[in-house]
Amino acid sequence: MSASLTSLAYLVAAVLFVLALRGLSHPETSRKGNLMGVAGMAIAILATLAHANMSGVGYLLIVLGIAVGGGTGTFIAMRIQMTALPQLVAAFHSLVGLAAVFVAAAALNAPEAFGIGVPGHVFTESLIEMSIGLAIGAITFSGSLIAFAKLQALMKGSPISFRFQHQLNLGLAVLLVVLILVFIATSSQTVFWLIALLAMGLGFLLIIPIGGADMPVVVSMLNSYSGWAACGIGFTIQNLALIITGALVGASGAILSYIMCKGMNRSIFNVLLGGFGTDTGGGAAAAAGASDRTVRSGNAEDAAFILKNASKVIIVPGYGMAVAQAQHSVRELADILKKEGVDVKYAIHPVAGRMPGHMNVLLAEANVPYDEVFELDEINSEFSSADVAYVIGANDVTNPAAKTDPKSAIYGMPILDVEKAGTVLFIKRSMASGYAGVENELFFRPNTMMLFGDAKKMTEQIVKALG
Amino acid sequence: MNPTQLADQAALLAQRAFDLADNARALAAGAGPVAEAVEPFVFLFAVFLMACFVGYYVVWNVTPALHSPLMGVTNAISSVIVVGAMLATGLAFSGWAMGFGFIAVTLASVNIFGGFVVTYRMLQMFKKKVR
Repeated sequence: MSASLTSLAYLVAAVLFVLALRGLSHPETSRKGNLMGVAGMAIAILATLAHANMSGVGYLLIVLGIAVGGGTGTFIAMRIQMTALPQLVAAFHSLVGLAAVFVAAAALNAPEAFGIGVPGHVFTESLIEMSIGLAIGAITFSGSLIAFAKLQALMKGSPISFRFQHQLNLGLAVLLVVLILVFIATSSQTVFWLIALLAMGLGFLLIIPIGGADMPVVVSMLNSYSGWAACGIGFTIQNLALIITGALVGASGAILSYIMCKGMNRSIFNVLLGGFGTDTGGGAAAAAGASDRTVRSGNAEDAAFILKNASKVIIVPGYGMAVAQAQHSVRELADILKKEGVDVKYAIHPVAGRMPGHMNVLLAEANVPYDEVFELDEINSEFSSADVAYVIGANDVTNPAAKTDPKSAIYGMPILDVEKAGTVLFIKRSMASGYAGVENELFFRPNTMMLFGDAKKMTEQIVKALG
Repeated sequence: MNPTQLADQAALLAQRAFDLADNARALAAGAGPVAEAVEPFVFLFAVFLMACFVGYYVVWNVTPALHSPLMGVTNAISSVIVVGAMLATGLAFSGWAMGFGFIAVTLASVNIFGGFVVTYRMLQMFKKKVR
């Protein structure tokens, strides 16, 4: 295959990738979009395999790698539970990062394979691009590993911070730049691996201070990083498919991070600097004042009675629903209510769950039709006409303090106006405050009924009481 | 001047013009390419910038309900880095480079297959209301 033809094939692959993303604009076209992505990848791989000068051993290794990797990937993806999606995605991001590191290493050792010089004498321009791809790849790798460990509960989800943390990170970043300059001047193998190690350390330190509920931002951001890493390698080996795809993925992750930050009314720097929810003075003060206020709590029968007499119910799911695996019982409850003639809808906050769109997937898994599920902007005006808001596993995203209390840590965050519903049924294990460490004044409102218990068990009991 | 003389002079002038044009062409050929070749980096960078814009507009069009599948797909397609890994494995003379390439091919393949399969599973679940 001639070089031009190969380049054209890569271009076709890139266009198919764009169409794959385009397909995701609607659930109906999304499946076709995914197939276009598969086709694009197949074209890119076949065009590369058709390269005339490949060695026999090379072919063997490639086929072996694809078989082993592909088998593993398929196996994991088939088995994974949808609640564990965020950690799976984080793990996948780390693999992209590590692959970028290894491709950069291969390019340094065999520049002739990519036409960027001979061993020991790689073009300066390529060295610059290589070191950038390497550094971003290594940061993506270790950062995603930490995100994975936090999401998988292998390490504590709470932020880890210490004195001079930001100064240390800044120092390491400066050192990284210096090492990159040395590498460009010397193209030394030792410096190459030093960059890799340092960047991995930096990725580790950047993610540990970020807490559990900020994970949607972290996962999106690492998604973006993995794209930029691919881009850096694309420039190094002068490959169009890689550059275009890297830019698409980088842009995608950046936009998702932006949407997530906006959903929390926080700047990206605020999230990245971390330590959120550890020492918010306002939260402590609110908690102190909470003890003398009364809370109306009820049991499953009370809830069933209220639900049965409602004509419109909006269900507000949060991460707690995922943890309790309650999505199936929730759908069962909705089915019973619908049979009784109740209008049932679902309201999803942008940052509900541990990754963008996580709740939508979980509800879809429980066979909830996607046209009953609404985003914040679409449904917020409907709470005032709803008889019941059924809040399950969500907390901070329903806190009216975000609208009324300028001192609150979550002030300004867009929230679901559940308090406007006739009755708020709030399922919660205890009175503990949410992730932001802020007391939810919704609990003390006269139209709120707290249902203390496990999200799944409570919903099942209500289903039983209704039946 | 009579018309014949005028015609002769015109013919002579035309001939000289032809000769001049020939000379100019020869000179131009000797002078080599006039325009300086553009660095490949500039070309690639242009493609990169355009791709950023395409990505920006396409991704804003993705419905929020499908943000998780979006991450699955982007995950899979960013592993087109496998192309670089394959080239290293197949074309390198150095054993190290081949080894690194092989590892990268394997890692990227986990992602490609895993990413597309998990996205497929997610999208299969999104169903419309049965009326």
